[in-house]
This record gives sequence, C-alpha cells and structure tokens, in this order.
Amino acid sequence: MRLGYIVPIAVFIVFAIALGIGLTLNPRDIPSALIGKSIPAFDLPAVPPRSLGLATDDLKKGDVVLINVFASWCVACRVEHPLLMELARSGVVQVYGLAYKDAPENSDRWLGQFGDPYTRTGVDRDGRVGIDWGIYGVPETFIVSGDGRIIDKHIGPISPADLQNKILPLIAQARAQ
Amino acid sequence: MIPEIGHYAIVLALVVAIVQGTLPLIGAQRGIASWVAVAAPAAVAQFVLIAIAFFILMYAYVISDFSVINVAENSHTAKPLLYKISGVWGNHEGSLLLWILILNLFGAAVAVFGTNLPPTLRARVLSVQAFIGIGFLLFILLTSNAFTRLIPAPLEGRGLNPLLQDPGLAFHPPFLYLGYVGFSMAFSFAIAALIEGRVEPAWARWVRPWTLAAWCFLTVGIALGSWWAYYELGWGGWWFWDPVENASFMPWLAGTALLHSAIVVEKRNTLKAWTILLAILTFALSLLGTFIVRSGVLTSVHAFASDPARGVFILAFLIFVVGGALVLFAVRAPTLKTDTIFAPISREGGLILNNLLLTTACATVLLGTMYPLFLDALTGEKITVGPPYFNSTFGPLMIPLVVTMAIGPLLPWKRADAAGAFARLKAGFAISAIVALGTLYVTWGGPVMAVFGMALSAWLIGGALVELAERIRLFRAPWIESLQRAVHLPRSAYGMTLAHSGLGLVIMGIVATTAWEVERLQIMRVGETIDFAGYQIEFKGTRDVLGPNYTAIRGAYDITRNGRTITRMEPESRNYPTPPMQTSEAAIRPTPVADLYIAIGDPGPSGGWATRLYHKPLVHWIWFGALIMTIGGIVSLTDRRHRVGAPARRRARREGTPAPVAAE
Repeated sequence: MRLGYIVPIAVFIVFAIALGIGLTLNPRDIPSALIGKSIPAFDLPAVPPRSLGLATDDLKKGDVVLINVFASWCVACRVEHPLLMELARSGVVQVYGLAYKDAPENSDRWLGQFGDPYTRTGVDRDGRVGIDWGIYGVPETFIVSGDGRIIDKHIGPISPADLQNKILPLIAQARAQ
Repeated sequence: MIPEIGHYAIVLALVVAIVQGTLPLIGAQRGIASWVAVAAPAAVAQFVLIAIAFFILMYAYVISDFSVINVAENSHTAKPLLYKISGVWGNHEGSLLLWILILNLFGAAVAVFGTNLPPTLRARVLSVQAFIGIGFLLFILLTSNAFTRLIPAPLEGRGLNPLLQDPGLAFHPPFLYLGYVGFSMAFSFAIAALIEGRVEPAWARWVRPWTLAAWCFLTVGIALGSWWAYYELGWGGWWFWDPVENASFMPWLAGTALLHSAIVVEKRNTLKAWTILLAILTFALSLLGTFIVRSGVLTSVHAFASDPARGVFILAFLIFVVGGALVLFAVRAPTLKTDTIFAPISREGGLILNNLLLTTACATVLLGTMYPLFLDALTGEKITVGPPYFNSTFGPLMIPLVVTMAIGPLLPWKRADAAGAFARLKAGFAISAIVALGTLYVTWGGPVMAVFGMALSAWLIGGALVELAERIRLFRAPWIESLQRAVHLPRSAYGMTLAHSGLGLVIMGIVATTAWEVERLQIMRVGETIDFAGYQIEFKGTRDVLGPNYTAIRGAYDITRNGRTITRMEPESRNYPTPPMQTSEAAIRPTPVADLYIAIGDPGPSGGWATRLYHKPLVHWIWFGALIMTIGGIVSLTDRRHRVGAPARRRARREGTPAPVAAE
C-alpha cells in the first residue's frame, strides 16, 4: 500500500530525465530524407537576363557547391543575403540560386537591389523542382557534393555561426574525401 | 535611472522572498509566534516591490524608452497605446514579470484576506509561495532581466509581432497566467497541509475559493486564446492541439478534477491523499506549461520566445518544486487518515469516476504532447502528433464523462440507487431525444455521430436542469415553496448548474461546427456572385486602407439571401512594416445559429482574389458556453460558505444544518 505513494515521484523522475534529454535536442533540426541521395533530375532556365541556368549536370562537375533556395517575397532571405554575397566574393565555394515560386522579373529586381551572389540561377516558377527536393520553407540551403549527392541541407537563414561551424566544415570534409 | 529602480525592486523582492520563505516556516515548526507573523507583511511587501518593477517596465513601454533592450525589441512608437501596454507581456522577460506579479497578487491576497486561516497554516502557505517566488525571481535576475540597457538607444523599436496586436490576445496571457499561477495557491496549501500532516474538511473549504478563482481565470484565458485563433489566424480553426494550447489545457483538466475531489474532502472527509496529489499535479502541469513555452523543447507556432539555457533553469526548478513536493507526498500522504466508507454507486463514486476520466483525459493529452519529445530522446526519430490522435483518444473519454456528469449530482452521498436517479432523469432523456430528433430532421443525411453528440450535450444540460428542479422540488411542491427553496439554495448549487450547462453548450458548438461546417476556397473576380451556404455573395472589389501602423487591402463582399440584402463584409489582408509581416483580418458575421466567415488572400494570377469562405454552425456557442461556465464558477465563488468567518478547526457541519451567519 505504501508503495502506491511512491508511484508519482517515480513517474516524475522518468519524466524529468526525458525532459532533460529533450533540452539537448533541437526540435527545429528536421533531417531531410534526401541526405546522401543524388539530387533528383531537373533542368531550369536562368533568371533573365542571366544566361547560365541550373540543371542536374551542373552539379556533377567535381566540386562541392551550395544551392540556395530564395525568393523575392521571402523576408528571411534578406537576412542571410549579405553573408551569401561575402561567401561568393571570397570564392570559397560556388553558390547557385534557386528562385522558388517567384516571378522571374521580381527575382531579377531583387538580385539587382541586394546584389547577385549566384554563379548560376534556376527559375522554379511553380515550385515543382522544390517539391522533388523536399523544400518546405524559404530560405533553405543545400550542400551538394561534386558527384551530385545532397550532403546536408540548412533550413532557415544562415547565420555566421552556421556558416563557420556547420557549412564550411562540411564543405572541407566533402572535398577531403 | 527609472529602469534601474525597477531592477533594484526585483532584487529587493528576492531578499524579501528569502525571508518570507524561511522565517515563518521555521517559526511555525518551533512555535515562535513573532517569526510566524513575518509571513503576511512580507507577502504584501513583496507584492508592492514587484508591482513597482512591473509598472516601471510598463512606463518604459508607454514612453517608448528604447534604451531598454526589451522595449526596443518589442515596441514601436507608432503602435497604439493598448499594444504598447500589452507589449509588456508579449515577450519573454515581461511575461515572467507578469507571472511573478500574479504569484504575489495571490500571496498578498492570502496575507490580507486569509485572516480566518490558522496562523501556522497561513504562514506555511506563504512560505511555500515564497519559495516558488524565489525560483522565478532568480530566473529573471540570472537569465531574463527585463531592464537591461541598450546604449546607444536606437531611434525606433522593432515592433511587436503583428499577430499579437489584437485586443483578444492583449488579455489572453494575463488570464492564462492568473489561472496557471492561481493553482500555485492550491499547491501551497497542499504542501502546507503535508508539512502539518493534517488534511481536514476545513482545509478543503479554504483551498476551494483559490482553486475556483484560478479555474475561472484559466477558462477565460483558454477561451480568449481560442477565440483569437478563430478570428485572427484567418483559417477559421479554433483549437489546434498545439503543444502550447495543450499546456494550458492540461492544468485546466487537472484543476477541474481537483475542484471536484476537494468537494469529497470537504463533505465526506475522505479522498485526501488523492486531492493533495491532484493539487500538486495541477501546479506541476502549470509549471510544465511555462517550461514548454519558454524553453522551446517542443516546436510550436507559439514558441516565439525560446532559449535552451532558460530551459535548463526551468527544468532544475521544476525538479526542485515538483520532485520535492512528490517526495514529501510519498513520505507524508500514507499518514493521512480516512474515516468514511461509501458504496461505488454514490455521489462519492460519481466524483471518483469523474476524477478518473478527467485525469485519464489529461494523461492522454500529456502523452500526445510529450511523445514526440520522448521518441526523439530515445530513438532520434522525429514525429509530430496531430489532431487525429487527440480526437480519437480524448473524444471517446468525454462520452462517459458527459453521461455521468448528468447522473452524478443526482446521487446522494454514501449510498445511492442508480435506478432512482435514472427515473428522475426522465425529463433529461426527453430533452435529449427531442434534440436528437430535431437535429436529425434539420441535418438529414449528415454524420450520425454528430446527432449522437448533440443528444449527449442536451442530456448534460437536461440533467443539470433536472437536478436544479429536483432541489427546489419544482412541480412537486407548491410553487411558493419551490421559490423559497430556490432563494435559499446555496450559490454553489447554481454555480454547478451553470458550469455543467455551459459545458453542454460548448460541446454542442464543437460538435455542430465540426460536423456541419462548409468551407470553400474560391478565386473571386470583381462583380462575381457565388452561392454559398444559402447566401449569395458578391465581390465588389478591394481598396487600400491605411491603419495606424500597417497598410491593408480591404475587400468588400455584399451578402444577400434570396434577394434580401443582409450585410456587407469587409475582410482585410494587412501588411505590417515593423516587423515585416502579413496578417489576415477575417470578416465574421456571427449569429446565434451560425457564423459566416470570409478571409481574403492574395490576388490570383488571372485577376481574381483568393477568398476563403466558411459557414460554421453554432461556433459561437463554444465561447458562449465557456462564458457560462466561468459565470458558474464566479457564482459558486460567492457561496456563503467561503465568506463565513473563521471556521476554526472543527468538523465540517453536516449538510442541511444552517451554517453560522457571518458577522461581516
């Protein structure tokens, strides 16, 4: 009978341990089902007046690239944009842009206003390619290996800390292999 | 200078809280009267200090003092005054200050109005309250100072999340907190009783008003939040089983169970350990709610203020408070003596069943809310638990609860005969059957379960009315006698009738709007007319509107029914520049029978406007019912037994003998 009075504290201890483990996890860290897989086949025209479009073959040139999914209507994209500009200027890695569900003229105006960090751009006007890639929010940034496999993807705007601690090490690691 | 005074007041409050937490506790243990006497003035002093800090922060918001980081990050000069003020608790630091303010409000209330409590019990209650206060004050001072300066001060603030700039939401958090924190009183009383090692009927009577008040506030808070979601989020939903909603719902369920089990302690001097446990669990769930919202352990649309470092502190605090309380419970609860026995079919039996169902329902919500976290912690797998889980587990538990809710109050204490109760419920059956047939007639071919749901809620309302009629012997005694009985009936009886009927209305609203809602997403061109739910809706076009701190596109829809003009509805799509955000302001035409709900979206590629139309039968009954439930709680709160002065430690008087009249 006395044992019954211990049940609440026992249950609570289990509960508290789980909460403690839960604190160490990041619920926003949602893995992509595509990590480690080849990027699905696609072929997109460039944001006019640019001429270099984006297709599956462009991702198999032997070096790691970043594909940044952006849109002119996306506010968070403006936050990470200066960082992408800096990254492109430094020449550490090629950055390709995927204009997601955006009118090409708006994408162009946006790139004209804030600067264009992208070596190549692709217009995904109706978001079909985005669906294949499992995009559910903009911005997202894919790290793609030299043979066209998705190494990782970053959801949300890239912060300087994300770049230093996550993205750049992953690029270096991929190049070392 | 002024914000520093606020900071200083918090530090002083911490010092007072430490004194209030220790001296009276030791004094009560050792019988030092002067130490015991410290509790009440300390509680008042702590309240005054926190109030000073809170109003200083509010002042900084009102004058837009952007040299305070908290103001700069959450306010803006162009914001209307109401939202400058509500901005105080629209953020992490400010809302914690509100939390403590309310904690101290309750503490000061016990200090001032609790003069009928035995001095040692009051001192212990206030000490436990002070310990809770210490935890939260440390939390503020160490991790979440609202008065941190930002030098140089920016010229303009970043603005409040536009979704939160709404009258409904301005008052939603204070009410929720009044509820959450109000349950700290039940907790403190429970711990004080465990320390004293005695739980008596008088104890239950002392706890009841605080629990009841907290329950009323929480009911209003939850209803306001749901109402806000309904008209502000623009998709017509009113409950999403979102972790943060669940966080407020779980203490409500446990608190409701506590209210009922405390009645058994008060009237029958039994079920003591269980009631104490419920008091602890209810507050534990309130703390868990704070933990969930403030730490970001669960992803939620509400988690606008999450920070794991803070989570560590809250978890440590949770372990200290709840773990400590449960250890005390494990040690002391077995010594609580119970001296009455009762048959399974009796008022006590009904209330125990109510408690089992409510706590099971609470446990299913808890499981659904925490399961993604547990699974992630154990296996690393990510899932979300959505409405289907809750609808298929929580829903079925409500059916037996509602069925017994109508019967329970008709059963006498100790031993009852079920057949007699059912016989008296004939009128309830009749009302239920009429509603079922009426529903079937109006909605022929619709979902059968919905007809059942309507009949069930009618059964609940019918049962509540039958019980009232029985108590005043309506139609059985001369009407003058019934009238006299009605006048002398305790307010708590009316409170119960109102609260139970209110729940009946809520369920009717939920069932009707879930089963018979009509929804349509339509691209509408200017001048186009569509038929929708019996109305003809003509889109007259849009115009630009300039608000105080936003610009908006306002659509105009003329509503006619069979050629008769009914109204014009003007939903808005608002654009806020700081912080940049788009919100939807739906146009709603509420009627007692159904709501017509129109939200305007973005212009389509071919010139039309995306328009979302809903027809929601009885949806307003959900909030109306919640209002009735709250009124029931308030009426019960005015019951004379809560006002009678100084019921010294003696056995509760038997029901039926008149209580002594208060010399107020």
